Amino acid sequence: MKSKKLLEGFVHGVFLILGLITVGFVLLITVYLVISGIPAIKKIGLIPFLFGKEWASTAAEPKFGILPFILTSVYGTAGAIVIGVPIGFMTAVYIAKIAPPKLKSAMQSAVSLLAGIPSVVYGLVGMLILVPGIRKLFGVPDGASLLAAIIVLAIMILPSIIKVAVTSLEAVPKEYEDASLALGATPIETYFRVSVPAAKSGIAAAVVLGVGRAIGEAMAVAMVSGNATRMPSFFESVRFLTTAVSSEMSYASGLQRQALFSIALVLFVFIMLINAVLNFFLKREKGD
Amino acid sequence: MKKIAAVLLALCCMALVFAGCSNTAGKSVSTDGSTSMEKVIRALGETFTKDNPDVNFTYNPTGSGSGITAVAEGRCDIGLSSRALKDDEKAQGLKETVLALDGIAVIVNPENPVADLTVEQIASIYKGEIKSWKDVGGNDGEIVLIGREAGSGTRDGFESITDTKDSCKYRQELTSTGDVITTVSQNPNAIGYASLASLKDSVKALTVNGVAPSEETVKDGSYLIQRPFVLVTKEGTALSETAQKFFDYITSHDAAEIISAAGAVAAN
Repeated sequence: MKSKKLLEGFVHGVFLILGLITVGFVLLITVYLVISGIPAIKKIGLIPFLFGKEWASTAAEPKFGILPFILTSVYGTAGAIVIGVPIGFMTAVYIAKIAPPKLKSAMQSAVSLLAGIPSVVYGLVGMLILVPGIRKLFGVPDGASLLAAIIVLAIMILPSIIKVAVTSLEAVPKEYEDASLALGATPIETYFRVSVPAAKSGIAAAVVLGVGRAIGEAMAVAMVSGNATRMPSFFESVRFLTTAVSSEMSYASGLQRQALFSIALVLFVFIMLINAVLNFFLKREKGD
Repeated sequence: MKKIAAVLLALCCMALVFAGCSNTAGKSVSTDGSTSMEKVIRALGETFTKDNPDVNFTYNPTGSGSGITAVAEGRCDIGLSSRALKDDEKAQGLKETVLALDGIAVIVNPENPVADLTVEQIASIYKGEIKSWKDVGGNDGEIVLIGREAGSGTRDGFESITDTKDSCKYRQELTSTGDVITTVSQNPNAIGYASLASLKDSVKALTVNGVAPSEETVKDGSYLIQRPFVLVTKEGTALSETAQKFFDYITSHDAAEIISAAGAVAAN
């Protein structure tokens, strides 16, 4: 009896430690980012850092303004959402409600496959097909642009949106739909008037998840966006918050290096905010 | 019982630490300087320590200027500079030995009819003063400038040779030579630069002032977009035995292959 209790306590302890390791890593990363991100902001000044329009980190008189990166990340993510959400949402409705079982399972495995493709492959395909394609289609001198990044991001966020939206649509109680159908509504009317509103916080969570994925992506956008440090415009080469960190980190030193950590801190704050919004939607869904 | 085990463990650890010390004490080579030389000097350091496992090799990437100062002040054995020494530096009693030459090829898309540019033309193109290929004898099309990210050794080399530091109007700043080559091979109006050793057939290397980039033209100095990788030592002060051994090794013919594998043209 006693040994059983001891074992129980031991196993309990093991799980506690494993759980604490995860929490510990989050805390470690947060503390490290804050500690290493603050000095450069202090030296440069918060306002010139966040709202400065010029970034020239290795120039004789270095300038550290990250407004172009912030705006690029915001525009890029917004663009990806504008393209990706309608496609992802419609696909989710089709998979969850309309598709015949065989097609449904085929589409679901295709979506999972899309989620499993490494981002460097997205970037490579974008670099070899999308970038030259945009150059020819729109007659611009160079295709590496905000538009190319938006298209790549839109495709990359599809799996997260579709999966979460499908799950929440499938969780809608069948009685709701049956009632609607019994009252004479067509199936399509039922899906859009009954199922979708019932699953709306789950779908909102899917969109927020897509935003989080888009704003944190570095590899693929680095390969298609050109990485020039100027204010964003649709057909010009741009640099995201993520790529600003990754492209210069390997050789950076001194204040430049500290400033890169500060950019990472800004990005981290953005992602924290997005997570808070996500939690808000998920909690509301549980509360319903 | 536990206590004894802990003490034993601690003793073992200390023994290991001291063993580590005694192995390396006195036998070290310290280098300091150019970040562009990182690949070359690290490769050489690795093979040297492989053959001499008791030697402690260090490289401090601080930049050419700091490396030269470090030698002058005796803070390192060998200074690394990716430019030739200036006269006033030589007057301080510093001696330069060219280890290798770094050639940077200017590349365009194979479809581009332009085959030759002068250094001045390249500089004007990168500064944004020449905007169309038409102005240098090519097709009518806006020139797309491809470069490397801030801090890259190749970018630093290219900009200092063409005298375009901080004034290049890049359209794309890519993080690897491979990306630059791929991008240039995809866009008929693009121009880029890449280390000579990593050139591929998918792009066309321009001749500069009529000279094609190759190991020979870099070596005889006729290809202009190049810079020396220099070892800086103090005149009249003998290197330590180990440092001298390292110096002799990297300037010997045996090291040439490692230097070219690291992307530079060996001088010896």
